[in-house]
Amino acid sequence: MEITTRSLWTLVHGMGFGALYLLACSGSIVLLSLRSTTNAHSTPGGDRVLGIYLTVMAALAWLTVLSGTYIIYPWYRAAPPTGVANLAAFPRSLLLSKPATRQWHLIGMEWKEHVAWLVPIAITMAAFIAIKYARDLKHSPALRSALYGFVGTSLFAAGVAGFFGAMLDKNAPVDGGQTIRLVQGE
Amino acid sequence: MSSETAISQGNIPALPNGSAAAAILSAGIGSLALALFTIVADQSATAKNLLSIYKPTGALSGVSTLAILVWFVVWAALEWRWRGRDLSLKRINIIAFTLLLLSLLATFPPLGDLL
Repeated sequence: MEITTRSLWTLVHGMGFGALYLLACSGSIVLLSLRSTTNAHSTPGGDRVLGIYLTVMAALAWLTVLSGTYIIYPWYRAAPPTGVANLAAFPRSLLLSKPATRQWHLIGMEWKEHVAWLVPIAITMAAFIAIKYARDLKHSPALRSALYGFVGTSLFAAGVAGFFGAMLDKNAPVDGGQTIRLVQGE
Repeated sequence: MSSETAISQGNIPALPNGSAAAAILSAGIGSLALALFTIVADQSATAKNLLSIYKPTGALSGVSTLAILVWFVVWAALEWRWRGRDLSLKRINIIAFTLLLLSLLATFPPLGDLL
């Protein structure tokens, strides 16, 4: 059982940071809804939980977009040398070479690479508000609406990026680099 | 002081909402900046070249870096102006959500190509 370094990075980016972010979104919505329960007993520790949670999500969002943009995307978009017939090591060119897969790049990748950057903007803002206004959130529907709106939008944007990331990897996986042997074959 | 922020917990008064308004509106403006830079890079070869500040990543490096810069600069400016003030958060939310929705739509290639 083997894996290449590029495959490992796509796993860290997508199944690690990205998937964890998507999972964390539902938790943040639950925590946010708990903050609107006005009859709940408020403690300084309880007030801080949402801020800490959203800060961890913001860190995950930044790690996801930075690893995607600066580590994996260059491998994805690398141009093949002239005369190369096998495009397996050049996912973007491979997708564009066939009518059946062109739109995965032209719509999927083009949307994914940009919409994903809305996620760290939205969730960093949400974390800032949850920390600074931890005590006031319970009494301010407008603040909670802002957090619901931006967390919800980040969930949608991360979902789009995750969906297309998975589909692109099915059609033209980013692969190559050194091979890491995980389990020795018999 | 708005009714929302006038509410206090115990003896501690609520914080003025100016900093929140600055963060919310700047996030909307930063998102729209991302979408606008995306469209500009898509439609102009010169802009695409200028925005390729890290060649292996291409224009995406410049688009995302500039959008983040716009977001931080706007955030700092609004924070400086609005800190300590109380504003209508509902109106700020509506504007920010509109900008966010426009950004989502404009980054979708079939729609972005129409602009």
